[in-house]
Amino acid sequence: MTPAIELQDIVKSFGRLVANDRVSLAVRPGSIHALVGENGAGKTTLMKVLFGLYQPDAGTLRVQGETVRFRSPLDALRRGLGMVHQHFMLVPPLTVAENITLGREPRAGVSYDRRRAESDVAELSRRYGLAVDPRARVESLSVGQQQRVEILKILYRGARVLILDEPTAVLTPQEVDELFAVLRSLRDAGDTVVLITHKLREVIELSDRVTVMRGGRVVGERDTKDVTIEELAEMMVGRPVLLTLEKGPSRPGDPVLETEGLVVRDDRGLDAVRGVRLVVRAGEIVGVAGVEGNGQAELIEALAGLRHASGGTIRLAGRDVTRATPLARLRHGLAHVPADRLARGILADFDLADNLILGMQRDAPYRRGPWLDRAAVRAHAAGTLAEYDVRPPLPQVPVRTLSGGNQQKLVVGRELSRRGRLLIAAHPTRGVDLGAIEFIHRRLVAERDRGAGVLLVSSELSELLALSDRLIVIYEGALVHETVPEATDERTLGLYMSGHRRPGNAA
Amino acid sequence: MSEPAAPATATASAARSWLRPLLPPAIAVVFSLVAGAGFIFAVGQNPLTVYGAMVAGVFGSAYGWGQVLFKATPLVFTGLAVALGFRAGLFNIGAEGQAYLASFVMGAAGAALAPTLPGPLVLVAAALAGIAAGAAYAAVPGLLKARFGSHEVINTIMLNFIAFALVNYLGHGTFVHETVHTAELPRTALLPRLDLVWPALRGSPVNASLGLAGLACVGVGLLLWRTPFGYELRAVGLSPGAAEYGGARVPAVWVKTMALSGALAALVGVNFVLGYKGYFESGFTAGVGFLGIAVALLGRTHPVGIVLAALFFGALSQGGLVINSLVPKELVDILQAIVILMAIVSHEVVERRLRRRA
Repeated sequence: MTPAIELQDIVKSFGRLVANDRVSLAVRPGSIHALVGENGAGKTTLMKVLFGLYQPDAGTLRVQGETVRFRSPLDALRRGLGMVHQHFMLVPPLTVAENITLGREPRAGVSYDRRRAESDVAELSRRYGLAVDPRARVESLSVGQQQRVEILKILYRGARVLILDEPTAVLTPQEVDELFAVLRSLRDAGDTVVLITHKLREVIELSDRVTVMRGGRVVGERDTKDVTIEELAEMMVGRPVLLTLEKGPSRPGDPVLETEGLVVRDDRGLDAVRGVRLVVRAGEIVGVAGVEGNGQAELIEALAGLRHASGGTIRLAGRDVTRATPLARLRHGLAHVPADRLARGILADFDLADNLILGMQRDAPYRRGPWLDRAAVRAHAAGTLAEYDVRPPLPQVPVRTLSGGNQQKLVVGRELSRRGRLLIAAHPTRGVDLGAIEFIHRRLVAERDRGAGVLLVSSELSELLALSDRLIVIYEGALVHETVPEATDERTLGLYMSGHRRPGNAA
Repeated sequence: MSEPAAPATATASAARSWLRPLLPPAIAVVFSLVAGAGFIFAVGQNPLTVYGAMVAGVFGSAYGWGQVLFKATPLVFTGLAVALGFRAGLFNIGAEGQAYLASFVMGAAGAALAPTLPGPLVLVAAALAGIAAGAAYAAVPGLLKARFGSHEVINTIMLNFIAFALVNYLGHGTFVHETVHTAELPRTALLPRLDLVWPALRGSPVNASLGLAGLACVGVGLLLWRTPFGYELRAVGLSPGAAEYGGARVPAVWVKTMALSGALAALVGVNFVLGYKGYFESGFTAGVGFLGIAVALLGRTHPVGIVLAALFFGALSQGGLVINSLVPKELVDILQAIVILMAIVSHEVVERRLRRRA
């Protein structure tokens, strides 16, 4: 059978870095093909080559057996290739139909034929089983529905090959199920799906065939039914990986964080956190589950002093810090891995050594009298870079030159080196490789066992279930459910996260 | 999903890093001289002759050197003032007004104190009064930004005009009758000129402020890279969000940085009022604050770069006087403008080139 798409010996390099080194990939028509690999393995580069965003240095592209050259995504679209990006490219105030037809609007004379656009979209959504109201404004839709609009947009343009880049990152478990159902029905209708992901369980669950990349090369291609998660993980990382976390029982001590009636507003002045009572004790990990945008970010910022609490109190290790500055909280035992690494966690143009003392620049041993003690800063950098395996371990280079995963390791290393009483860890493994995830997880448990309280916020339910001693679900700014990992599963959590189940109406 | 990282290039760029900041200004200077050559040619002169005369006139005598140093001194001060703001993400376009007001305070305070105090005390007191005035005046846009979020670019520009008007107004009661300057201070209240130790400089007003400029450079360097406050200042400039996360109080850093910037700009008055004239004279700053922006940009907001840039602009200005008979003096303005434009453009171009290669 002629492959729907075929990449042969693709080479793409950036300077001396070879991102794709003679990569070949053939995708059978009417199949779901997963492309997995760690960050920097070259899978995004490969897809950008396929989609016409990058020109390959060498190698050939074939669509249905025909050699093609894509100079832009438009060329790719004309050949029936469509890409659903990780970050949606929709116009929020426009309706679903307007978004889908944007750029290929049906016309009635010189004006936009709204009725036809809406009926076209309704027809399309019926045909593919992607239920969505053509008249709804995109800004009023949930993330899962917005993703459907993205998929419909591509189908509207006649795509028969869909490339999805980490499509489940922002979805609840229920939305993931729905997405998978849609992708299966697309496949059964003869369309081809290429799925870029690092979630191996999804690969096993959904795909027909899987290609694993490492270091810019293809290291294996298998039929999914012939391979296990463990084998895939080992192929990806290049060594055996422990996927389960060894963790003893927790021994909770005194509270290190207590909030009472906490109210926090978002940037628009609306209440994002509505009267939250939260307790984290020394020696336990409390996980916060929730769909992004339900107040987690505002909650964390208020706890760290980066956002004003408009109501309620915050106690940190026994002291009321509701009005305290961020510095005062840091000095009183707060450590904080921020959710937004680029906006908060690092100074991209500072070197590694300077980044490793962010938040400690006014404290011993880095400050001596009025001066920064450069020797102490260097010593700290050397130790932390080695301990947390930040690569390259060069204290003098700007953090900007590091990969996202290594930047994250640096932030985690810095915050753990504070040896705080409360560690707020927001998405601590976001963008980090499988091997490093394993490492960071073990360090978080070690931090707990040392006696710190850990507040873990994550969008990865598997991470929350593996690490937490207690689990809390946040929905629309309120804590709607508390449980322990042993007593729940992703599906149940998902119901609470999406507001389908509330306290008091347990079904 | 991020782009693949390039660990190997980090090592290489570290090795190149000392060369990297020098490249754009060097390109800017060379390009402006080439473009200037075109202009000289267009007015019917031989560029080599003109540039030759310029170099000979400026660097051919101790007096020429003295003039360059004298003209570079205030540019170091305003260059540092603007650069310090840049490092904190603030664009201080008000160095002109800050220097002007501060110099007036130096002249007025000196004149008021001279009858009662010994010379050296007058010198110190006048200098401190002026520095305090410059700092306070520059702190105003800092406070406005910290309190109300109003943009410092608009406010510093506007405060220039207010400074000029304020000095005119205050001058009515302070200037010597029927003049536009304050009363002259006694010799003992002035900084020594360098021709005391190096007689060949005779005729050039270059004075001990030059040493102060050197100290200011070292001081700014130490502040930026060797103190916790400097660390926070640079952090605020690069990412206010990360600086706040790291415990810096961003609005306070803005206010303090603006005050320090104004204090540096005030040192212009030490050179002019307390080192050269002995009095404040209306209109003397003549763009030295604005030129400080160019110095800061060409010097890449680094003290060493600022010294080099100040010397370059000082030499250009002195050179303009030398070649006045050969070409219109506007040549110097043209060269200055091209250097500024090129310094900005070539910085971008070089950065992009290096990034693409990385």
